[in-house]
Amino acid sequence: MSSLRCGAALNRGLTEAMAADERVYLLGEDVLDPYGGAFKISTGISDRWPDRVISTPISEASLVGIAAGMAIQGYRPVLEIMFGDFITLGFDQIVNGISKFREMYNDQVRLPLVVRTPMGGRRGYGPTHSQSLEKFLIGVPNITVVATSEIHDLGAMMRAAVEDDEPVFLVENKVMYGRPNRRPESGRLDGFSVRESDGPYPALTLSASGFSAGTATIATYGGTVPLAIDAATELIMEHEVFCEIVVLGSLLPLDLDPVLESVERTGALIVAEEGTMTAGIGAEIAARVQEAAWDDLRAPVRRVAAADGIIPSAPGLEDAMLPSVPELVDAALRCEAARV
Amino acid sequence: MSAPLAATEWFRRMLFIRRFEETLLEMFSKGLLVGTTHTCIGQEADAVGVIDHLEPGRDVVVSNHRCHGHYIAFTDDPSGLMAEVMGRVGGTCAGRGGSQHLCRDGFYTNGVQGSIVPLASGMALAERERGGGGAVTVFIGDGTLGQGAVYECMNMAALWSLPLLIVVENNQYAQTTPVEIAVAGSIPDRARAFGITAVELDGRDAPAIHAAAGELLSTVRTGAPAVLVIDTYRLRAHSKGDDVRDPAEVAARERTDALAVVSQQLEPAERERIMAEVESALADCVATAEASPIAVGSAA
Ligand SMILES: Cc1ncc(C[n+]2csc(CCOP(=O)(O)OP(=O)(O)O)c2C)c(N)n1
Ligand SMILES: [Mg+2]
Repeated sequence: MSSLRCGAALNRGLTEAMAADERVYLLGEDVLDPYGGAFKISTGISDRWPDRVISTPISEASLVGIAAGMAIQGYRPVLEIMFGDFITLGFDQIVNGISKFREMYNDQVRLPLVVRTPMGGRRGYGPTHSQSLEKFLIGVPNITVVATSEIHDLGAMMRAAVEDDEPVFLVENKVMYGRPNRRPESGRLDGFSVRESDGPYPALTLSASGFSAGTATIATYGGTVPLAIDAATELIMEHEVFCEIVVLGSLLPLDLDPVLESVERTGALIVAEEGTMTAGIGAEIAARVQEAAWDDLRAPVRRVAAADGIIPSAPGLEDAMLPSVPELVDAALRCEAARV
Repeated sequence: MSAPLAATEWFRRMLFIRRFEETLLEMFSKGLLVGTTHTCIGQEADAVGVIDHLEPGRDVVVSNHRCHGHYIAFTDDPSGLMAEVMGRVGGTCAGRGGSQHLCRDGFYTNGVQGSIVPLASGMALAERERGGGGAVTVFIGDGTLGQGAVYECMNMAALWSLPLLIVVENNQYAQTTPVEIAVAGSIPDRARAFGITAVELDGRDAPAIHAAAGELLSTVRTGAPAVLVIDTYRLRAHSKGDDVRDPAEVAARERTDALAVVSQQLEPAERERIMAEVESALADCVATAEASPIAVGSAA
């Protein structure tokens, strides 16, 4: 098993993408070597391609538009937003520009660009450096929102995003960067059987019971994936309750099929995310699943998410706010209780 | 840098834009068009004078809500614009964009004030990397100087030697807001603070616009971004009927705008001949647009 850490895997993918196509440019704050970006994902790139790496002023509102302009003119910019929280500054360009140009201009332009950014808390960075704001992105038609996780092939995902002809928002996770990029081997990971869907941003479905009936499906992504795995493991060990986990790769367009297939086997759904609960990604998944698979569900869809509030800085306060393994275990036990 | 334009040519090009937009307003008032439109009536010299130095295929123009003059001057596709405003499939964007969301051969517009400056800057960065000697010209209004992104981009354009010309058409108002209560200090000095060359001139002097734009663009093409501030005046409402200005103020400007100035320089017979030619070209343009089917969507 590769012991490459997730941050290094993303860096490798980005380096390969730079090497593969000279139209790929890297832009962002503090991306030059030796620093290589606040989370080091851009390390080694400016040393190798000094002419294709542009260290920018702190101007997110414009940088997102600059990436769009470059992309329309045939380049493939990769823009690093230092913290996902700052994507808000670029929202005009995302909503009124990037997401609209191709359709509004009647297919006369393409925007092959990547905006990559770390989301997530659990590092004590406080209310403005810890959020998971991807739920705002999935409300924007015509963009692709990809959630990386520690069990995805991160290098391949990064390359796919850069090679994509449509605008991709690559959501990374700060805690994930330092963890090993674990991959299933011969269809197994941590005692789970794993199925991986096709396509550039696959979903992975994990089952500890060989994809036979279970208690619930936990649909999740990104930084919440290790919590879901821990919860599912605890449920087996301590409660003999078997859950499937669907780790989404593409949040927009939402890749629903693996979730529906799993729910058909388990009959219940828990959606788990690190963003705040109201109008979250889980809400969208829940709405779609109840519409498409009402007959498969024996219990209401349960949401596990951050509380609707700020993410405090002090570890004890932050932990209380963010979704946890016990909350996931509790949600699964409630699904189990609803079994007849 | 293109040679100066003869008075007949100024007249022909500006009059076509003027008559095109007057036609749009007439069609709106008759209920033949839906949506909105922003005319550049009174400001045509800006479009003609600057864009005469630009070439589709080499250069890029990025414009705003008040974009018809720029579009016509750059693309030579007035019927595509007419069809677009009419919501026809033959429109520039097949009816998807409408008056202020146009795209054709290196010409782009968008309707959010200020947002086009980053877009244009990214295009200028692409142009710089391509090294083809092209320039990106972005048109903004005085009111748009309130947007921070404009200055973020001036900073980056200067730092990165972008081939970017920012044309500020200061028509004295942003919708109803006079420039005096929205823009502090000197407009060209704002650019100069970034080390960007800035020129300000009176938009009633069409040849001066042409000369200044030509000069600035020749250095812009070498990677020295520039700002051209044209003090001008819009003679009609902000969009269709929303005008709160003193009619006497507007009437005084009507007698002195660039088109009036050029018109007075022509022999009456020549003026009549060009006017007739423009009317006939405009009739062709409308007929071509009207021949195109109305765009309809299929239900989602
Ligand atoms: C971000 C944004 N805010 C408000 C508007 C509405 N709006 C459209 S045009 C306009 C005035 C623009 O003034 P100016 O930049 O001077 O251009 P002008 O209309 O005078 O050509 C306003 C407020 C808008 N389109 N975008
Ligand atoms: Mg104005």
